[in-house]
Amino acid sequence: MTHPTVPLRLYVGIFVGLILLTGLTVGIAFFDLGGGRLHAVNAIAAITIAITKALLVVLYFMHIRYSNRLTWVFAGAGVFWLLILIVLTLADYLSRGWLPLPRPWSS
Amino acid sequence: MSDHIPQVAHQFEDATQQYETATLGMWAFLITEIMFFGGLFAGFFVYILAHAQAFAEGSRHLDLTLGTINTVVLLGSSLTMALAVRSAQEGNRNGQMLFLVLTILLGLAFLGIKGVEYAHKFEQHLVPGPQFRLEGPHAQSAQLFFSFYFAMTGVHALHMVIGVGLLAWLLVNAWRGRYTPAYFTPVEVCGLYWHFVDVVWIFLFPTLYLVARHA
Repeated sequence: MTHPTVPLRLYVGIFVGLILLTGLTVGIAFFDLGGGRLHAVNAIAAITIAITKALLVVLYFMHIRYSNRLTWVFAGAGVFWLLILIVLTLADYLSRGWLPLPRPWSS
Repeated sequence: MSDHIPQVAHQFEDATQQYETATLGMWAFLITEIMFFGGLFAGFFVYILAHAQAFAEGSRHLDLTLGTINTVVLLGSSLTMALAVRSAQEGNRNGQMLFLVLTILLGLAFLGIKGVEYAHKFEQHLVPGPQFRLEGPHAQSAQLFFSFYFAMTGVHALHMVIGVGLLAWLLVNAWRGRYTPAYFTPVEVCGLYWHFVDVVWIFLFPTLYLVARHA
């Protein structure tokens, strides 16, 4: 029933991984990895590490890895809707100025 | 009726079905929480694109050392929470109580460090409002950054306070021996909530303390 008992070693291993990733993300924040005015490479690296950490917590600490398919669908739906929120918003704001502004109609 | 655990409500076939229903319900709640925090993050991303330099300036005024320590403290509390659930699952009452106490202490440590950070911001006049003082050309937009900082970390801290309350309730019930290997659903469900609050911080920390620093 429920989920299998997760080995103690695995939990401690996940924790050590999370700490190492925290050190990595703080470390690279001191270097300018490039990517123009917005330092896009730094931002992408930090977000990638954060997503990796979140996945470790969700899959193992929150037992999603051992949960049934319906729970997978619920958690996935939450992430999917979050992506709609973030991606569609940024698709607007990031792309502003890429095309010349249309001239107002002249009468 | 395959088993006769007193805590299983009459509408459920067995403890497993009740457990799966409860965790699924918790996930449904957590989805609404994802949307709640997601809106704050989306707003932050929009404004950092418009005020990149001011947000970098504001971010540099945050205490990276305390922020990093708090990240480690919160990750540690997630580990002890996971071990509390594991102890409950194994029927280890003492281990369960020990790890719940450790989780509460780490949660309070996080809130204490956050309080120290807030106090520094008040002393440095970095709290948005009439007292806000910042030299340089970006003062006005930097105030926006601190509005986001206090709103996002404040709402997160409120979730932590609620979480500590839930853990205290679990601790009392664990002490009374309410949770057994056949029934530890409340421990698991509160654990889901606690880990979720940890995940929010996993994104808040780089967003406020790191990404904004270089932008």
